[in-house]
Formats: sequence, C-alpha cells, structure tokens
Amino acid sequence: MASAFVPKLYKVPQDLPLDSGQSLPGAEIAYETYGALNDDKSNAILICHALTGDQYVASDHPITGKPGWWDRMVGPGKPIDTDLFYVVCANVIGSCLGSTGPKSLASDGKPYGMRFPVITIRDMMRGTIALLDGLGIETLRGVVGGSMGGMQALSLAANWPERAERVLVIASTARHSAQNIAFHEVGRQAIMADPAWADGDYYAHEGNGPEAGLAVARMAAHITYLSEEGLTEKFGRRLQDRDAKSFGFDADFQIESYLRYQGSGFTQRFDANSYLYITRAMDYFDIAEEHGGKLANAFADSNARFCLVSFDTDWLYPTSESRHVVHALNATSSKVSFVELSANAGHDSFLLPHNQLDRVVRGFLDG
Amino acid sequence: MADLRFDLAVIAHELNAVPGRTVLDVGCGDGALMAVLRDKSGIDARGIEIDPGLVEKCVSRGLSVVQGDANQVLADYPDNAFDYTVLGQTLQTSVRPDKTLEELLRVSRRAFISFPNFAHWRTRTALLFGGRMPVTQALPVSWYETQNIHHVTVEDFRSLVKEKGARIERRWFFSQGKEIGTPGANWRAEFALFEVSR
Repeated sequence: MASAFVPKLYKVPQDLPLDSGQSLPGAEIAYETYGALNDDKSNAILICHALTGDQYVASDHPITGKPGWWDRMVGPGKPIDTDLFYVVCANVIGSCLGSTGPKSLASDGKPYGMRFPVITIRDMMRGTIALLDGLGIETLRGVVGGSMGGMQALSLAANWPERAERVLVIASTARHSAQNIAFHEVGRQAIMADPAWADGDYYAHEGNGPEAGLAVARMAAHITYLSEEGLTEKFGRRLQDRDAKSFGFDADFQIESYLRYQGSGFTQRFDANSYLYITRAMDYFDIAEEHGGKLANAFADSNARFCLVSFDTDWLYPTSESRHVVHALNATSSKVSFVELSANAGHDSFLLPHNQLDRVVRGFLDG
Repeated sequence: MADLRFDLAVIAHELNAVPGRTVLDVGCGDGALMAVLRDKSGIDARGIEIDPGLVEKCVSRGLSVVQGDANQVLADYPDNAFDYTVLGQTLQTSVRPDKTLEELLRVSRRAFISFPNFAHWRTRTALLFGGRMPVTQALPVSWYETQNIHHVTVEDFRSLVKEKGARIERRWFFSQGKEIGTPGANWRAEFALFEVSR
C-alpha cells in the first residue's frame, strides 16, 4: 500500500450524516470521469464499484498497473460508450483508494482505524450523491453496478428516486442473506485473528498489517465469486508444477496455488480495515428493512426504468434474489426488465466478456 | 406495421387508437408489438417472455421485459395493474390455459387473446382421414415436439370465457394470414383473435 498516487478528490463541504446516527466530517470522495458532460448535463452515467473495486473503472490501476476493472465495458464505442456518455465512478467511503476510510487521518492526525464509524451502503451513496452535487449533476441518465455496485444502484433508486432515469443492477441483491453474511464473517475473523491486525491500529507499524489474515479473507471470498463448474474446468484436480503429491502442505494443487496468488496479490492493493468496514456495510444491507419491511415500498416513488441481470451459475447472488427485486418492482408497476444470462464463471461473470450482457447494457442505456 | 404478424397487427391497430393505455404483452417474443405501440402512439407496454435470447433483444430495443414463465410472473402483478393484456398465440402453450385467462383478467379488465384454431377444416381432415396428429401450415410442428400442449378450438374458447363469467367483446378470424368473416369460423379460421373483458 506504499505506492504514492494522487487520486482526483472531491471534498464534501458538509458533514455526511450516517445511518448509525454518527456523522463523517470532512469526507473526501476519490473519483474518475470519462467522456464529456453535455451542455444540459443529461448524459451522466454513474458506475458503482463492487466490494474491492475502485474508481479506476476504465483506466489503469495506480498500484497494480492493471487495466481498469470494467475496461471491456466502458470506453469509446464500448457498451457504456464514453463517446456518448459522461461516466463517473467514485471510490466508496470506507474504502482505501483515496476516499475517506479507516486508513484516513482523523481530526487528531492519526489514522481512524477502528474509530472509523460503521457505514452502510446508503451511507456510501450519501457520499457519492454529495460528489454528484459537486459535479452539478442533478439527474443521471443511468446508474449501473454489479454485485455491491448493484446494491448501491438500488439504494440510489430507493432513497434518491428522482436522481436516476435508468437503474441497471447486475448480479446483485436487495438484501444480504445468512449465507452471504456467513462468508463475510469468515473473512473478518481471519483478519482479526491475525496478530498483525492489532485491533485495527497497524498503520504506524512496520510492515503492511494483517496481510496473512486479509489474504485468507480474500481466498474464502474468491471461492464464492466462482462456480464449481468453472473451478473444475479451470483447475480440476491438476497438480501445480509437480508430477506427484508432495505428502506435505505445499500448494500441491493448482487451485491452491491460484487462491494463494489471489490472496497475496490482494493485500498489495487493499486495506484490511476497509475490508472489515465494507463487508459490514454489505451485511447490513436490506432495502426492505429501510422501507418498513416491504421491498415494494422502497421503489414506490421511482419513475426510473430498471433492468436486472443475473447469471445462472452465480450462487452468491443467485437469480432468485434478482427475481425478488423484480417481483417488488412489478408490484408497483415499475418499468422493469429482467434477464438471466447463461455463463459458467459464477458471480464473476459480470466482469468477464459476455456478448449478451454487452447488448443488454448498451441497449438499456441507449434506449 | 407491415412486419407485424396478422393478429398482432389487428391488436396494434386497436390499441394505438387510444394512446395512454397501459399494456402488458404476455409472451412478447422479440417485442415487435411493444415496439410498434411505443413508436406509433407512445404506449409504454411491458412484456413477459420465457426465452432469454428474445428478452435480450427486447431490452436492447429499450423495451421493459421480464424473463420468466408467464403464469409465475403474472402472479407478481397487482389487480388491475394494466388496462390491457395481450396473449398472442401463447394460450395453447400454457400449462393451465384456464388459470392463465383468470390471471389475465385479474391484472387487466380487458385482454386480447389469439390462438391457432384446432377445429379448422384442414386440421379436422388431417386427423379424420390421416388418422394422425395434424401437421398443417398453422400447426407446423409434430406432436412430440410442439409447444402447443393444449389445443383449443374457437368453440372451446367461447365456452371457457363463458365458464369464467367473462365476456367476448369482439373477435377476428384469419385464414392464410388474412381476415375472414365470422360465419363458420370454427371451420374456416386457422387463427382466432378475441377481445375479452370481465
């Protein structure tokens, strides 16, 4: 996490009120934009990132140097066409790529650590809405998100119904299930069990904090992003750089090696405390609960067009979760489309090449 | 509207006459009818379609279509959610056409329903003289692979509507893709279209 990079920052002029009852003073929102805002400011598309995503949706990651996480979807002539649209992507508060989060300095000049207030998905959107205000964007042509990004899109539609004309929710859900919470809890416990976590107060110490714990958290989570079918196809029981089992605890299998690589790579670019805070926000997410226990109530004031997309091998946020949202939108006679696409990569399918997804995204945002 | 199938063309003509109506097209296919309604008279139609490839086509045309089985998705909608529902040549593929009719007339006061007429003389003669399930222009698929699991005739439909306490407002009959008159329709019509109300 040592690399110095200078994100584009918006300083929120007022304290951000939070669902916990606390507030966040002096919040900064790191963001990227692509394309040009037209004169009547009607061509803005907000893209919301997933748990470990960031604002670099279509530009190289400043730490890893890798292409943007949705580079294949966003750009000139691409499904989210930056020749037509002004694309905004903001790092959520609580994260670690420039927006205010647990590793940011509190008013006493020391990192927040666990003093950072617990936030929710709606709180993240409060930060993003403040940014949109700052950019002078009253109404979005569309808000788009996959996974946790989809939760943010739904939260925007439910809480700021006049601010988006189109709401595109991919591989997502309106609430975290017991299984979703369970996997996140495994990750959090892995981080907090690492002595280097030090109750979240590790920023001043040598080294990079609870890397081992964070790597395990990432490994566990990564399994949930893939399908059994995809894992079997990609790795099977194949051995890693060896002809026979070692009768030891090296990474004998390719899948072990792959997960270890994913885990350690992740610690280079992500802050462990941010992982705790953001997974917590996702676990607290239940739009119905915010709206008197009835999901349909959440969208009663919305005139937006909705489109939900699920993937048939996604067992993290399965099709039934999208249908649950569609059901609620139908109950309020909202303009909603839904399609379940076929792909073998599980939850991660939304990030991978998929011609049908491209056509749905383009058609929905253009139409 | 030249490219609309004959029954859908009639429905489009009728619905376009009064813009502002709300319409749900059940089994909307590639959204041809919905697109015409939107483009001709600004009607904001919604659709249900079971085939994901066709749903994708609809969405990429800017239409609002939910993928799923019509009977399950219909149950999502509150009573009187729409002014009209449309069921174009889909009734005979439904697991329970009687329940589908009930659902249509629950979510809308009026429905346009079209279907291939199994009592058309060609079908009758194919069965009578051929002794086998008919394969005709109107019913081109063999019995073992057809999606038409509940064949229905004009007279069957009339009596179903009556049984459900609903009313037939208007009807159209077609042969060789052209509208024909009412007399002897149960013999002469390859396809029938009814406007039903509750």
